[in-house]
Amino acid sequence: MAQARDDAPTPGWLGVVPGAALLLLFLIPFGIMLAVSVAGREPGGFYQWGFDLAGYRRVMSAFVGGILLTSVAIAAGAALIAVALALPFTVLLAGLSRRAQTAILVALLSVLSLSEVIVGFSVSTLLSRTAGVGNLLAWLGLTAEPQSYTPSLFALMTGLTYLSFPYAVLVLYPPVARLDPELGQASRTMGASPLRTFAGVTVPLLRAPILGALILVFVFALGSYLLPQVLGRPEHWTLSVHITDQAIYQSNLPLAAAMAAVLLLATLALVGLALLVARDKGAPA
Amino acid sequence: MTMKRRSFLLSGVAGAAALAAPSLLRAQGTSLKVGTYGGYFQDSFNQHIFPDFTAETGIAVESIGEPTGEAWLVQLEQAARANQAPADVSMMSQVARLKGEASSLWAPLDETKLTNLGNLPEHFVHRTADSRLYGTGAVSWYITLVTNTEAYPEAPTTWGALWDPANADRIGLLALASNSFLLEITAATHFGGTDILGTEEGVMQVLQKLAEAKPNVRLWYRDEGQFQQALESGEIPMGQYYHDVTGLAAANGQPVRSTFPAEGAVLDSGSWVVSRASQMLDQSQVFIDYMARPEIQAKLSRNVGTAPTVGRDLLDLTDAEFAAVASDAAPILPRYDLYTDRADWVNQMWSEMITG
Repeated sequence: MAQARDDAPTPGWLGVVPGAALLLLFLIPFGIMLAVSVAGREPGGFYQWGFDLAGYRRVMSAFVGGILLTSVAIAAGAALIAVALALPFTVLLAGLSRRAQTAILVALLSVLSLSEVIVGFSVSTLLSRTAGVGNLLAWLGLTAEPQSYTPSLFALMTGLTYLSFPYAVLVLYPPVARLDPELGQASRTMGASPLRTFAGVTVPLLRAPILGALILVFVFALGSYLLPQVLGRPEHWTLSVHITDQAIYQSNLPLAAAMAAVLLLATLALVGLALLVARDKGAPA
Repeated sequence: MTMKRRSFLLSGVAGAAALAAPSLLRAQGTSLKVGTYGGYFQDSFNQHIFPDFTAETGIAVESIGEPTGEAWLVQLEQAARANQAPADVSMMSQVARLKGEASSLWAPLDETKLTNLGNLPEHFVHRTADSRLYGTGAVSWYITLVTNTEAYPEAPTTWGALWDPANADRIGLLALASNSFLLEITAATHFGGTDILGTEEGVMQVLQKLAEAKPNVRLWYRDEGQFQQALESGEIPMGQYYHDVTGLAAANGQPVRSTFPAEGAVLDSGSWVVSRASQMLDQSQVFIDYMARPEIQAKLSRNVGTAPTVGRDLLDLTDAEFAAVASDAAPILPRYDLYTDRADWVNQMWSEMITG
């Protein structure tokens, strides 16, 4: 035991730094949030420290439950679409020359520097009746006159997919680049079509990173509050939008904190469930 | 031009400071932090109000851009708990002002220092329950029915247009009960006034009527920029918006117009208040008193486009200048009690009505 520690390539005390950062920047704010979530709401005022479960009682209503379900469905949809697009993209990308790969990855990374606001407004313009693709479709004769496609579920999913696609590629790229090409070649030699090789060999080999990418995009999309406002209709407003409304516009911090705590618990439960299911299937998660 | 004006003002600062307010200038180690809504309001105050104020009183102003909504109230409240004041004087919406009053966030003001207090009507002189002064009306503005002139060659005349089936999926409305005042608009349009909002049953009736307009609403907006852009392009050619900003956009050649409907436009306002954590109460009072002068209110109307908070008889605004920012027609006055006393209940019913 002591021997192993002497041989450790990284000094153990280095762990103190991220540990302290985690405590300072995550656990303490999280603790404050939990404390606020049970603070007493002063109607027409702010809040007072105490123990009052009114916020949680409100969260446990059918209405908020419905919003939570909507949020989960939208985030899961965005995760599925983004990863379904990112997987073949990354596999093809890994087959390109080093130089082309670098150029494409840099371009993808630059998307991450765009704020949600810019993406939201760009998609809303792109899908608008006055300046958007509707004009192109009308010009091509596909529709009688230009139509608007925003705000809508389609617009929202487009925005969310655009924002989360680079994350999915970045998670998938390292394992895809390390894939043993001989496995695919063996499959082809034995007569499998390229599509069958992709579905029967490449995808199963990547099960763990695919799950990782799904979870990352799911969590990322679940926290989105700006795109649902700009691109969605009220029925697509996620729990994050309602949390913002309560915290920023109604200054009802106890309710906002209670909703945030429930959202966090739901997220953890879903991610845990996904990992559990993956382990039952025998994939290293 | 700008440079000349600025250097002229700087010499003015020195001169006026030496003559008028030497003690104030000495007393202040830093400048007075004044919060106004970021963007257009802040730019206008920076350009038209603060330089002249500093030139006259010797009090330097640091302009702070506030977020809209109640985000600023939350920040002031959190900061005051740590004895910090991100701004000394802030322009607050009435709901935020009342909530701040309820949590004793505002510093009491000294009435003897506010010589222009008498210019303001009673509803713009804010007192606590034990009648201590803590704020005054800063600016007021109208929320009107706005349209894109290309999509609507004829101006609508009534808020009833929000319910007209001909306007299906063409309307943009503010997303929250407390900033859209759509409960008041609905009550004034369909229930003969806002009295019906005095009871919860009444509010529910009004909400149900408002819900009938939902198929017409394309966008429930929180971001003003998003709606204004859509209104100008004709993407969303009708909605509720601010009279002042719409007039400005029209003056800049945009195909938009603002209409005072027959039932009246909503008259909303912002008020000056001072955070209890502020160390600059004296300077804050000088500023608040300055802003209550008729000629400053007239200047705001001419340059910023807000409606004056002092009586019209005190102002030298021409009829055209007055019409550009206000209307003599009776306005719809917001029922602020809905968003303070019944806030949580109203917000819950509201979001269930809109989202449900």
